[in-house]
Amino acid sequence: MKKIEAIIREEKLDIIRKALDDTGYYGMTVTEVSGRGKQGGVTLQWRVGEYHVDFLPKLKIELVVLDEDVGKILNVITNSARTGEKGDGKIFVIPVDNAVRVRTGEEGDNAI
Amino acid sequence: MVNAGDTAWLLVSAALVMLMTPGLALFYGGMVRRKNILSTMMMSIAILGLVGILWVLYGYSLSFGTDIGGFIGGFDFIGLRQVGQEPSSTYATTVPHLAYMIFQAMFAVITVALVTGSIVERMKFSALLIFSILWLTMVYCPVAHWVWGSGGWLARLGALDFAGGTVVHITAGVSALALAKLLGPRKGFGAEPMEPNNIPMVVIGAALLWFGWFGFNAGSALTAGGLASSAFVATNTSAAAAGITWMALSWIYRRPSILGMVTGAVVGLVAITPAAGFVPPLAGIPIGIVAAVISYYGMLFRMKRSIDESLDVWACHGLGGTWGALATGIFASVAVNAAGADGVIMGNAMQFVKQLAAVGAVWGFAFLATFGLGKLVDITVGLRVSKTEETVGLDISQHGERAYGGVLR
Repeated sequence: MKKIEAIIREEKLDIIRKALDDTGYYGMTVTEVSGRGKQGGVTLQWRVGEYHVDFLPKLKIELVVLDEDVGKILNVITNSARTGEKGDGKIFVIPVDNAVRVRTGEEGDNAI
Repeated sequence: MVNAGDTAWLLVSAALVMLMTPGLALFYGGMVRRKNILSTMMMSIAILGLVGILWVLYGYSLSFGTDIGGFIGGFDFIGLRQVGQEPSSTYATTVPHLAYMIFQAMFAVITVALVTGSIVERMKFSALLIFSILWLTMVYCPVAHWVWGSGGWLARLGALDFAGGTVVHITAGVSALALAKLLGPRKGFGAEPMEPNNIPMVVIGAALLWFGWFGFNAGSALTAGGLASSAFVATNTSAAAAGITWMALSWIYRRPSILGMVTGAVVGLVAITPAAGFVPPLAGIPIGIVAAVISYYGMLFRMKRSIDESLDVWACHGLGGTWGALATGIFASVAVNAAGADGVIMGNAMQFVKQLAAVGAVWGFAFLATFGLGKLVDITVGLRVSKTEETVGLDISQHGERAYGGVLR
């Protein structure tokens, strides 16, 4: 089992969700996050003068998948999240020891 | 003789001016960081209560009681003695004395509340209450007497102040600067940006101020008629002109800012305050435009000097009030108000000198007296919260409350 953590643009969520749905992955957890990277920040203003905000709003998608699906899912997310501009985000793949479905108590691959 | 129309208008005006203080709480509350919203709003609301009591007990008497040497009112109206349903023989003689008294009460309330914009996010609440009592007594009441009290020395000099350019805005703005100097900057000031937590709240606050200001200025006619209407139109015109001017300034440097536009509107309202019932309504346009430009660059100057006069009470009210007082000496005309005077444009340059004298006297007195009172509070109870309390935020450390609850407890 692997956990896929993808930091994405807010406006890309719907496209990614549909694409994952088509691949057979329905479940995911989404968090609103703030991050900084090559995209840089944005300059805002007070009553007079201005200040810089480094952290921009992004979304973090988390889903745990079977080992053999990792490559396919990375492709799906990358293709649907990409604009080609700085700020498209990053994807991390993390090993997972175990998973438990709370309702039934099933463990391991059966729980995802 | 009590006039029903005048009384109705003055009572409504008093209620309008009352609404300005909660409006100010929203205006200021939206501009601080989210950990200090309640503390900032509480400063205004607490003063609404505090001054509401002190004014009927002795504030009105010190301001409007029988003159003592041109400097302060006597004790004849203490506890509203002689202030009843019959009109005063001196002030607003067509409305019950009580109506005039409560109208004036709302002015005292908002003036004390205005000062708090300079010391948000770091002043101890208990110290603020003590300071507010002293400041109302030793600064507001005397200056109100000088300018509006029968026999007050600035009134006798012939300085014009229709609704409080000197009494309200210069005293509040200059005192705010003195108190901020005494208190020192917020932790992290200049090193980290201190972002407004809720600009929509600032906009609602400014809208309530604009609305209430019709009571403030048009109500100061003390009668319901032509003069009130003239002051009403001048007020709206100046607010509109200054708001648009500030919007344009922000657009030149960056983007058309709504925080900037509503700030400009408030500055326009400040500047027209002393002039509203003495100048032709269209004078609101130049008065508003110049007010916005002066305040804008005043704010930049304040920031360059690294003074943490946090919400720019000095730049908005001190400078706006000063320009308004001087502009009264330029644009005033007896054709608008026979009880007023002609200004520079009508060929009476002397009026400008009188206005300048009033401005200088109130600036000097407000700064020195506030500095002295602030120092007194500092050495007795201390002006500032502790470093830890400041880091945690005053909502929790001073009031034991937070603005927004959540699911995590």
